[in-house]
Amino acid sequence: MSGPSIEAVGLTRRFGAFTAVDQVTFDVARGEIFGYLGANGAGKSTTIRMLTGLLAPSSGEARVAGFDVAQRPEAVKSSIGYMSQKFSLYLDLPVLENLLFFGGAYGLWGKELALRAEEILELTGLRALRSATTGSLPGGIRQRLALGCAILHRPGVVFLDEPTAGVDPVARRQFWRLIRDLSGEGTTVFVTTHYLDEAEYCRRIGLMTDGRLVALDTPQALKRTWVPERVLVARGRNLAAAAAALADRPGVAAVEPFGSGLHLRVQPELWDAVSVKAALAAGGAAEVAVEEAEPSLEDVFLAVVSRPRPGPAPAEVRP
Amino acid sequence: MSTPTPTPNSTVEPGNSSLSPHPDPLPASGERGSGPPPPALQARDMVRRFGAVEALAGLTFSVGAGELYGLVGPDGAGKTTAIRSLAGLIDLDGGAARVLGRDPARGGSAVRESLGLMPQQYSLYRDLTVAENLAFFARLYVLPRAVYRERARRLLAITRLDRFLDRRADALSGGMYKKLALACALLHQPKALLLDEPTNGVDPVSRRELWALLHEFVHGGMAVLVSTPYMDEAERCDRVGLIHHGRLLLEGGPRELIQASGTRTFEELFLSRIQAAEAA
Repeated sequence: MSGPSIEAVGLTRRFGAFTAVDQVTFDVARGEIFGYLGANGAGKSTTIRMLTGLLAPSSGEARVAGFDVAQRPEAVKSSIGYMSQKFSLYLDLPVLENLLFFGGAYGLWGKELALRAEEILELTGLRALRSATTGSLPGGIRQRLALGCAILHRPGVVFLDEPTAGVDPVARRQFWRLIRDLSGEGTTVFVTTHYLDEAEYCRRIGLMTDGRLVALDTPQALKRTWVPERVLVARGRNLAAAAAALADRPGVAAVEPFGSGLHLRVQPELWDAVSVKAALAAGGAAEVAVEEAEPSLEDVFLAVVSRPRPGPAPAEVRP
Repeated sequence: MSTPTPTPNSTVEPGNSSLSPHPDPLPASGERGSGPPPPALQARDMVRRFGAVEALAGLTFSVGAGELYGLVGPDGAGKTTAIRSLAGLIDLDGGAARVLGRDPARGGSAVRESLGLMPQQYSLYRDLTVAENLAFFARLYVLPRAVYRERARRLLAITRLDRFLDRRADALSGGMYKKLALACALLHQPKALLLDEPTNGVDPVSRRELWALLHEFVHGGMAVLVSTPYMDEAERCDRVGLIHHGRLLLEGGPRELIQASGTRTFEELFLSRIQAAEAA
């Protein structure tokens, strides 16, 4: 297959008067990890359901793994892997049996299926748990198994809809190692997440608000475009009172506690690390160290989402 | 990942780091005589076994009125079992759970009225709409109509669910469902609130706003126990208990714990302590 793995042009889906996905256009290259971000209800899952052939677009078109999603939804479904928000595993079956079951559903059988299931157990680090009852395992491990089930048939494109929701930090790191391995082998990964530290692992990120794709770029470029302020990290003792005083000064956009220190956003014409350090020391902080930091994707997300949104005022609540 | 909270709440008074702080004693809860009021939520040496697995192995902590206490730990550490025990939904094999000094399993209406619970899953009526679920919980707690209207309006605005009033709960995305469940749990403004991973699947903006909302209730005297797999959220609590295999591994103010351990973030602290505990 040549060309992009995923290609959407003017993709739109309406539910009655509500436009869930509005004229979305983008493409994803083979082997790319593409992050799709947005607030709850922004249209991420609806986009995924169209790209996976589960929901017909109202207008526009999309090709996934070379197939048109509206005309060849079955061909799309057999060329992709999909792990939904509410993924389903058979909880009363052992780990290996789940793999064999889903492999069978994808048309694998016999020796080929047995070998592939072993490969997946190795890849996902679940070899020692092959006989464990799936329902007895913690969420993070089930999530790895669900991903394993989604890639058994060696799909060229994998869609992961919030795969790490509710997973602890140790398990999240393992999961992302697995995603990077897949991408390294040439699998295209389309992933949604609400955890913006994870989104840093994506090569490019699309950001949706109210059904529209409003930003699309690499994490670095998004930060340059959307966060013009200078970001500083301050450490020291007795920071709290000094921070409160600093927050009221002109040109200081934000002062937020972060771990044992402070996260600041300031106008670059008015403030730099040296002047912020002096101001904190003057405010009573001791042993202050201030250094410049990169803006985070959370700063980007807030900047994008907090743009005024068009549309009617919300309805009143009646008991 | 940045951890923004506008409240200066992550510092803790010295002396608060071991047991039973009562920054803002509750009004006497009934027939009790003199002496300090009990902590709003108290886990005393709680033990619970499921077959061969010891989910709680002597877990002790307490949450005072006006305190936001975070329960963190790896999957399977016992967070949900601890919360369910404090809600009176699980019988303990040893130790005790207390809500405002009472046994939550036998406390009757006194406990029910003062306790709110948001479980991890399935707390709403899936065939009712957003507005109907809220109205249902308001009737359950017999809220006056004007109070209900004002609270529902605010909660819906903060959770950005105001545009989805007529959507059925089973048609909400995971994050929107969580936000509605939290709104329903906050509606009667309980004295003690138990939240089991309330923000899984909730988007970053709403997550930040929900935490600001929690801080507001806590400043008003509510005792909140929240479990979370997200370490940036742990940093927003007054105190944090790190649990592992049903036991408390570490407890204190998040800033103090980070400073004492020499790590940069709570996530680094978590990873190093859990890896050390696994190795031991």
